[in-house]
Amino acid sequence: EALVINDPDFQHEDLNFLSRSQRYEQAIRKSSLMVMKLREYGIADPEEIYWFKSFVHRGRPEPLDLHLGMFLPTLLTQATPEQQDRFFMPAWNLEIIGTYAQTEMGHGTHLRGLETTATYDPATQEFILNSPTVTSIKWWPGGLGKTSNHAIVLAQLYTQGQCKGLHAFIVPIRQLGTHEPLPGITVGDIGPKFGYDEMDNGYLKMDNFRIPRENMLMKYAQVEPDGTYVKPVSDKLTYGTMVFIRSLIVGDSARSLSRACTIAIRYSAVRHQSELKPGEPEPQILDYQTQQYKLFPLLATAYAFHFVGAYIKDTYRRISGDINEGDLSELPELHALTAGLKAFTSWTANAGIEECRMACGGHGYSRCTDIYVTFTPSCTYEGENTVMMLQTARFLFKSYTQVSSGQRVTGMVSYLNDLPRQRIQPQHVAARTVTVRINDPVSLVEAYKARAARLVEDAAKNLQAELNHWKSKEDAWNRTSVDLVRASEAHCHYVIVKLFTAKLSEVSNAAVRAVLTDLCLLYALYGISKNTGDFLQAGILTNAQITQVNQRVKELLAIIRPNAVALVDSFDFHDVHLGSVLGRYDGNVYENMFEWAKKSPLNKTEVHESFHKHLKPMQAKL
Amino acid sequence: MALLQTSKYLQGSGVGGVNPDLASERQTASFSVEKLTAWLDGGAERTGLRRAVVEAIERDPVFSRENQYFQSQNERYEAAVRKAVHLQKKMHEMGWTDNGPELKYIYRALAGDVAFLLHRVFMRSISMLGSDKQVAKWIPLATRYQLIGSYAQTELGHGTYLQGLETTAVFDVTTQEFILNTPKISAMKWWPGDMGRSATHTVVFAQLYIEGKCYGVHPFIVQIRSLQDHSLCPGITAGDIGPKMNFEHIDNGFLMLQNVRVPRENMLNKFCEVQPDGTYVRSGSQKINYFTMTSVRIALISDEVIAPLMKACTIAIRYSVVRRQSKLEPGEQEAKILDYQTQQEKLLPQLAAAYAFHFINDYLEELFNKGYGEIQRKNFDTLPELHAFSSGFKAMVTQYSTSAVEICLRACGGHGYSSLSGLPSLYTKILASCIYEGENTILLLQTARFLIKSFAAASTGQPVPPSVTYLAAMKPGKCPAKSKSDFLSPDIYTEAYQHMAARLISSTAAKLQDLVQSGVKKHHAWNQCAVQLAQAAKAHCHYITVKNFAETVEKLKTQAGIQKIMKHLCDLFALHGIFSNAGVFLHDGYLSGAQMDMVTTSYLDLLPVIRKDAVPLVDAFDFTDQNLNSALGSYDGQVYQRLYEWAQKSPTNKMSPAYERYLKPLLHNKLSHL
Repeated sequence: EALVINDPDFQHEDLNFLSRSQRYEQAIRKSSLMVMKLREYGIADPEEIYWFKSFVHRGRPEPLDLHLGMFLPTLLTQATPEQQDRFFMPAWNLEIIGTYAQTEMGHGTHLRGLETTATYDPATQEFILNSPTVTSIKWWPGGLGKTSNHAIVLAQLYTQGQCKGLHAFIVPIRQLGTHEPLPGITVGDIGPKFGYDEMDNGYLKMDNFRIPRENMLMKYAQVEPDGTYVKPVSDKLTYGTMVFIRSLIVGDSARSLSRACTIAIRYSAVRHQSELKPGEPEPQILDYQTQQYKLFPLLATAYAFHFVGAYIKDTYRRISGDINEGDLSELPELHALTAGLKAFTSWTANAGIEECRMACGGHGYSRCTDIYVTFTPSCTYEGENTVMMLQTARFLFKSYTQVSSGQRVTGMVSYLNDLPRQRIQPQHVAARTVTVRINDPVSLVEAYKARAARLVEDAAKNLQAELNHWKSKEDAWNRTSVDLVRASEAHCHYVIVKLFTAKLSEVSNAAVRAVLTDLCLLYALYGISKNTGDFLQAGILTNAQITQVNQRVKELLAIIRPNAVALVDSFDFHDVHLGSVLGRYDGNVYENMFEWAKKSPLNKTEVHESFHKHLKPMQAKL
Repeated sequence: MALLQTSKYLQGSGVGGVNPDLASERQTASFSVEKLTAWLDGGAERTGLRRAVVEAIERDPVFSRENQYFQSQNERYEAAVRKAVHLQKKMHEMGWTDNGPELKYIYRALAGDVAFLLHRVFMRSISMLGSDKQVAKWIPLATRYQLIGSYAQTELGHGTYLQGLETTAVFDVTTQEFILNTPKISAMKWWPGDMGRSATHTVVFAQLYIEGKCYGVHPFIVQIRSLQDHSLCPGITAGDIGPKMNFEHIDNGFLMLQNVRVPRENMLNKFCEVQPDGTYVRSGSQKINYFTMTSVRIALISDEVIAPLMKACTIAIRYSVVRRQSKLEPGEQEAKILDYQTQQEKLLPQLAAAYAFHFINDYLEELFNKGYGEIQRKNFDTLPELHAFSSGFKAMVTQYSTSAVEICLRACGGHGYSSLSGLPSLYTKILASCIYEGENTILLLQTARFLIKSFAAASTGQPVPPSVTYLAAMKPGKCPAKSKSDFLSPDIYTEAYQHMAARLISSTAAKLQDLVQSGVKKHHAWNQCAVQLAQAAKAHCHYITVKNFAETVEKLKTQAGIQKIMKHLCDLFALHGIFSNAGVFLHDGYLSGAQMDMVTTSYLDLLPVIRKDAVPLVDAFDFTDQNLNSALGSYDGQVYQRLYEWAQKSPTNKMSPAYERYLKPLLHNKLSHL
């Protein structure tokens, strides 16, 4: 960390004052240097590269992200040994810079809808790549616009007159040496976006562009010289990469939210406003209950997501071991769980970051930090969130159906096993209401479990009713999808509360455990107070208990208040990494804000040129 | 008309006709779009006037926003100044006046992308707070742009809480001047628009001191730049505050004052005056100084909040019938994403909210105009209610609309994230409205203060303003609905909202009282209830919005086609609110669990009904393509072609120096032969 922050090569003007072209240039400059330095220091471990990269780019995207994160790994997992010989070392040495071109202008999460075609021509032993419509133009891939000279292109494979579905092809797009686009290739930058200014997200259009047969990635599926298609052994394996990337997003949700909390909580300790008691000085805004109510539940959420991220990473590591030994039994649940948790955490973090920014009043609107615009696309990429929730729902519904037909299910959904029993003994549900203890995290896990069970059951029953009523399965599914998303959310919420609670017993230091227990309680109780309808309607909690929950949330705010700054300091973000005047460790907000503003390009001259161009002539005329 | 303009645009751009996926949506409209547009405008005549103004502006190339998404902060600022200057010429040419009915349409057409908006606030504050003499002196100068004004209230360390401002104005009786100072860094004026580069004058809000005694915050006209060469006046430090999330075209500024002297006559003195001997005289409430803010809060709702929300709905809904994704039925082509229940549930409630807020805005403007007349006659009775209204609705409408625009952005998948969709800039702009003119939480607490007072008055039988009489009639009870169709009755759901608002207010009032009686100091008790107070204020505004929507629909009897669809939207808005806040309705058993299930069913059943009219409903907002400035939302639905064309215009597609400087050495392995 210190290695990077103190390296003069990585210094530059404040990004906020640079245009998009300048920001791109800075990012490229740093990426080039970074690759050089990684080699110089001999850093090769993916985890270490990740940290190094995040310090060089201060948590921002960079044009080589797709080369390092998708192009190289895809070569490793999907290329044959011969292909690796041809492409991997040149790519490792950055003679080849690649990107991963999947999304098209008209097609995103639903991969089967992609339109790009790769038609095999046995006469020349080549694939002919085409973008047949405007909607089929590749659109969005990072590093595609200006940086890359190769791309892994996903296209519908046609051979012997038949469509064989999506396959990956290595396509050269720019001339080595001049970097000019190759004939038949139209490539460029897609223009300004909400954030990601330094990234050249690009478009790619191919017109009868030919590549040799050997450029199809053929570790699994193959096309033989005569055009015969050889099927891959299993298609479940592709799940693995998706699970991995989605689990990274969960960790990213935790980190982005933690950064936003750090900024907002530190600033709220520095900012003074209004009066609580007449005659006294203006208090820190963090002393206001409304401010605490905005920020502390988010702080608790950041901690909760942190533990969830760690859990998924561990689970993924464990299961990858099993997969390599051919055991795929746990993959479906993990796939369903990461889809839902990816959506749940990125939605919550996205909204939370906004809350934090708005909790900083006007100064939060100043362009001092871009966490929100950098983070918000994660709600869409790697699977649009609503679609993700519905994937989780599909798994929940399947599990529910299994339970109804007398089978038992395992893992995080095992609570569904209790449902049939409850139907036989309805008083069981009623008996549970009094047993919820609102100061006991373990008991709250049970409450969340009961809510998830109820919402899953409701959604499943509604779906069943629609299925009986409508002939088409798809229609029924669509007419229940709002319920299904709610059920998935409740399931994810339960999993998070459960994981947070489980974490508490692992903490050995008593003081740390105490403060984490407060946060865990706040997370769980706040979630109840925001979803009282679910808990009341299912009879899990009574009106009186809800009132107690609301009261307890407010008490917890006051309990957490003295530790608030220490809790964000524990995230241990360096000022350079936060990139925020408001969130500085030393709290010297106002002085530094003034210094920062003075550097704005609009202040380069005392009298702006537009005065002479427009204002003065107008004043003379009128 | 919209169709006409669209086809004109198309001739220029070479894109094909209307996308059939969008055209088919328009053939099945259950009502006349033209009639609905006229009704929203307040009559067909006004629609005609609006379109004429918009056309005149959009035909003029100086006002083009074509390259807006590619411009730097400096370029945006320059363009905004150029447009503002050109606008004066244009208005003169067209015979439009500052008080004419055209003005609001001009600003709609410009989509806010113009400088000197604070100049108007400057003039408004002088007209409202200045004496006749001051108005006679300053307004003509400002009207002729012989000076450019700004409004300097917010400080680096102080925002919504005005009493906390630190800038001082000390009266010097010997020279008959005020001496203005910025005593420390947190007292620096920060954020005022048009002040960083443009303004020559500004209204500075400062603590008034006479012979060592502080009289609170007052407004002073201060010259900050020379009228000859625009250089800063002695004692003035001013500049631009740097990049923001949006408003690149506005030079929000900072201002430091060191012993700046202004004559006694420069304090705006319609309601408060310092006489030559230093005697302080006040006529009327001191709160009147904030009246500019109250009026600005109401004015901003329609231009800065509802219009962006309507645009976002237009873009997202049109795009959602063009975008196809996955299959609903096996073997069929990919379905329009608006046919998915989850997509409907994201967008249609936002559309209903846009209509609900349009109507509540009409209601507020009427209320305000009535109140303004009273205040000009120095009758301040309606001020507390007006203030509570403007605060609460500003907070609720901006907060709701901001999340609504964000929902629209995210409902457009990846392309919503592209600046070319228009949604990111709509979002970052509307976001600012949650903060400026009063931070929302604080505003809700101000409304809550009014509600708690009114509740106390109502429970002791004293008279209260009409908007809160329901607090007196508060009674426990249960919702009488027996079936899901009962929840389509405005009486049923309005009653539920009323009950919920009254319950939240009364229970918070009771808790406040308990705390105070148990010995907690009043201010502490207030802070301990603040979360519930803010919730109660929001509930009150939500209730009034639902009630007003229902009453508006009721009055529509004559126009059957429109009334039917408006009724559906009103039902959707109301049921969405109950569905999303189920807990507060269930809490005291007003609604039962079974009734909540009926609400959910009724609510979800409405989605496919409104779905059929979704495109005509956004067409009725009648935004031109230039005004939307979105590659996704154009009238013709040629989304993908337009995205591709626009992207090619991006300056990033010129060969970047990054290749020669960095990529080339990298690719040729000069860097990495390590």
